[in-house]
Amino acid sequence: MTLGKMLPWQRVLLYLVLVGFATFYLMPVYVLVVTSLKSFAEVNLYRMWDLPHSFSLESFRKALLGGFGFTGLAHNFMNSFYVAIPATLASAFLGSLNGYVLSKWRFRGSNTMFTLLLFGMFIPYQSILIPLVQTLMKLGLYGSIPGLILAHTVYGIPITTLIFRNYYATVPKELVEAARIDGAGVLGVYTRIMLPVSMPGFVVVMIWQFTSIWNDFLFAVTIAQNPAVQPVTVALNNLAGSYIVEWNVQMAGSLMAALPTLLVYIFLGRYFMRGLLAGSLKG
Amino acid sequence: MRRAALLVFLGLLSWGLVGWAQPGKEYTVPADTTLGAVAQEVFGDSAYAPAIMRATNAKSLADPSFLKVNVLDMKIPAGAKLWIPERTWAEAFIAFWDPNRPEDLFGGGKLVVGSWWTAGGEAEGLNALFEIYGGYYPDVQIVNATIAGGAGFVFRAVIKPRLIAGDPPDTFQLHAGLEVEGYSPETYLTPLDKLFEIEGWTEVLPKDLLDLLLYKGHFWGVPVNIHRANVLWYDRAIFEEYGLTPPENWDEFFTICDKLKAKGVVPFVMGNAGGWEAAHLFETILVSTVGADGYKGLWTGETPWTSEGVTQALEILKKVLDYVNPDYAALSWDGAGEYLIAHKGAMMIMGDWTNGWFMAKGYEDYGWAPVPGTRGIFDALSDTFCLPKRAPNPINALGWLRVCGSKEGQIAFNRLKGSIPARTDLTPEEKALFNPYLQSCMEDFARDAIVPSVIHGAAAIESWVTDFKDAVNLFLATKNVAATQASLVEAAEAALAAMGQ
Amino acid sequence: MRKRRLKGERLVTLLLLLPSVIAVCVFVYGFIGWTGYVSMSNWNQLLPDYTFVGLRNFLKLFAHPRFQIDLRNLAVFTALFLTGSLIIGFLLAVLLDRKVRAEGFFRTIYLYPMSLSFIVTGVVWRWLMNPGSPQMGSTGINLLLEKIGLGFLKSGWYTDPRVGIKAVAVAAIWQMSGYVMAMYLAGLRGIPEELREAARVDGANEWQVYRYVILPLLRPITLGAIIILGHISLKIYDLIVAMTGPGIGFSTDVPAYFMWETTFHANRFAQGAAIAVILLLMVSLLIVPYLIFSVRREAEV
Repeated sequence: MTLGKMLPWQRVLLYLVLVGFATFYLMPVYVLVVTSLKSFAEVNLYRMWDLPHSFSLESFRKALLGGFGFTGLAHNFMNSFYVAIPATLASAFLGSLNGYVLSKWRFRGSNTMFTLLLFGMFIPYQSILIPLVQTLMKLGLYGSIPGLILAHTVYGIPITTLIFRNYYATVPKELVEAARIDGAGVLGVYTRIMLPVSMPGFVVVMIWQFTSIWNDFLFAVTIAQNPAVQPVTVALNNLAGSYIVEWNVQMAGSLMAALPTLLVYIFLGRYFMRGLLAGSLKG
Repeated sequence: MRRAALLVFLGLLSWGLVGWAQPGKEYTVPADTTLGAVAQEVFGDSAYAPAIMRATNAKSLADPSFLKVNVLDMKIPAGAKLWIPERTWAEAFIAFWDPNRPEDLFGGGKLVVGSWWTAGGEAEGLNALFEIYGGYYPDVQIVNATIAGGAGFVFRAVIKPRLIAGDPPDTFQLHAGLEVEGYSPETYLTPLDKLFEIEGWTEVLPKDLLDLLLYKGHFWGVPVNIHRANVLWYDRAIFEEYGLTPPENWDEFFTICDKLKAKGVVPFVMGNAGGWEAAHLFETILVSTVGADGYKGLWTGETPWTSEGVTQALEILKKVLDYVNPDYAALSWDGAGEYLIAHKGAMMIMGDWTNGWFMAKGYEDYGWAPVPGTRGIFDALSDTFCLPKRAPNPINALGWLRVCGSKEGQIAFNRLKGSIPARTDLTPEEKALFNPYLQSCMEDFARDAIVPSVIHGAAAIESWVTDFKDAVNLFLATKNVAATQASLVEAAEAALAAMGQ
Repeated sequence: MRKRRLKGERLVTLLLLLPSVIAVCVFVYGFIGWTGYVSMSNWNQLLPDYTFVGLRNFLKLFAHPRFQIDLRNLAVFTALFLTGSLIIGFLLAVLLDRKVRAEGFFRTIYLYPMSLSFIVTGVVWRWLMNPGSPQMGSTGINLLLEKIGLGFLKSGWYTDPRVGIKAVAVAAIWQMSGYVMAMYLAGLRGIPEELREAARVDGANEWQVYRYVILPLLRPITLGAIIILGHISLKIYDLIVAMTGPGIGFSTDVPAYFMWETTFHANRFAQGAAIAVILLLMVSLLIVPYLIFSVRREAEV
């Protein structure tokens, strides 16, 4: 019995198991979508698995624009972009520089330095939260979007460095040597050889960073609780905790908060996977 | 329909207020002069000049026919129109204005109001206050900075770092009582003693409340309402169907529970998704077993936590848990209230904000009684607004505090919020504006022994409240009376030691 | 000449690294030191108080019933989450590796939860695992079970203190098992078919092929997955916040949640810092050997 020579009933069983698991993974999304498409009159906890009778976008409207007693997620949505985009770019840029130096300009202690850098990726952020708040206060950045950008940029350095270092390691030594013979210095090699081939690396890093920053809750809830600057995860959590907000509105809000990263995943899934696997330190 | 009528009525009410609002009067300067001279003339003291400048400038933002005063000692030409504020406002302004802040002489700007009032009823009440404020101070742009969640637990976690960072709102909600300790008021808040004096609030607020408001010898917040924590709500339909009357003591309570349980009705409903609801219940049970003075003593060290009453309270809570809805961990108190509305659950114990929520849900079939064994005791909490030291617009906030403390502000707010005014000088006609529950509540408040709520920030410092809450939460799973009492004793020792420091 | 150029270039490379190195020194190591100091201070009110009190906060913490429960919860959660994710992830990878039609489709479905925020996951699963009650009716998964005739499987989920954190682990497995699948799948694809064939020729049955050939080859991946999932598990916070909160009798509480609450709600900064230090130590025990090992191994290659 080798691969491809499965008996028909085994094939059927295989697909049954696969479909079964797919159902399990899709179940929450089913509830999310179905509920957020129901009209307010139709929302009932005890009929949560039923399909909607009519198609309604009311819940999305309310989740975005707000209703009585609560403000919508629209501006939190924008806040998330204001945080995620600059922080992604900044940490990706720094990571690319570090990755370049650590892969092509190794020096004594560079591995130790790399290890020390990587450690920053695994620490529980609780262990830096109190000083971070204190420092941001001193800098006047507490409770602001720039403060959150700073945090995400700095704590993003380890992972972006790791991904770029591994990526640049695949650039042949000969290319670098050739450029050096042509008189290119450190920066010359970077701009002439590395940057032009960096696009895939940047895509992987930026997808990874964007996703994790968009999905972050801990930094956001600690640094940017002020409603004016709250990112969408914090606002969504507050929305869900507030009892006047109907269940379907919470679901619509969740769906929208998930949408950007979900779209990235669906359309750029290949790069997303690479980021995921890079996150595991190449096994 | 009822709600619409209510809103219309409120509109009329606030319109009526605007009639005599705009505190102060117009004043046309007869001959060239200075603000100092005008102040001398109208207030008998030239030191009030800055108050006139501020009031006139604020007015001129809305009505350009008023003079814009650029400098305090500038010459005021004959024929210029000034606005003379009412005396109490002028006094308050002089008492709180910091001469190093000339920007406060110009009016306008924002008023950022922080609160956790986002729900039906309370948000409407807050809007009513905003409307009144807008009538008095049309030059100010109001920013409603609310943060929902956990009876203010989320809000407080947010506001503290903002205070430390020097980025507070202009004013924010704070429970009356020892909750203020958690904000280090000596460092971060402005004492409001002067304002209490000028506005005469010490005359119109009940003594128990004033005692509660004093911390380290100062007033730090202006109370806007009173809520009662120890209320038993019940579904009248169920009680009528089974011929029941509200229980006066815990024995009666459990007899009713047994009867209802046999009928398949959930006898007692609660939620604990917010993490504080069970502790709220336990607090009211404690009041019933140790009495008003005994309960107050628990928080001052006069009543020992080892006492029999505490043990009894835990035993009662343990027994109550046998009758609760099984999904209480997933529900907040309002989710539990749905059981009553659906006539599937008979009783619940919650503060009287429940009344406003029931009204908002259109549920009218409810009755109320004091929590068993607490008739004659009023477990109170009060919401106040404070003035942070580094408020960006302190003078705008000052106007807000005056509205909060005013009779008209409190009447408009509380009718919608479903609480009673903190002031006790309402006329019978004014009292008649409130719904039947609130009227009965006002009567009780005037008559009953008042005790401070712990879970709502009145009775104890915040770290103690946390320990109290945690002990009760743990008890829900362990149901271990002795161990829980021991940890309550320990929490009290730690907190009393910290307070003694 | 060339030497001088090299020296200059060395300087440039160091300058390029400098911003990151300084940032990480301050924000990671400096802050950890700072937190360590706070954990041994008397700062248990709003205003900082750096009076040194030694290990008092730690001793108190270990005697604290809530913290003891938290540690137990964390152990249960980690064990369930790790084994669940590894088993399901491995199973799915093996199944998908059998030349399945529409493999990409299945893979996408299994992996998409990974792209969601734990907050979204928490909000959805809170409703899914809301048990309802006999009087008001079942909701969520319980309702579904009733509908398909499996009503006997109904549970109180996270509202039942005996289930508690295990319910949260289910949601976490839902979110992360696809990740494990992706890792294993990449690993399986890297194993040449000849190796399996050779084993089969030697008379090994399919089970033995996996047991003795494939699993050992995938060991580095398993290790990597354990490290990644392990550190996520020890730090778990968002999911608890959005899904359950600390729960009845702290049945869904974890150290990270306790840390945030005690620090930013109860103003016990020193206690919060002590919890953070303990979390850091636990994560370090897992991560540091692995980090040193993998960087060193790489250097040898």
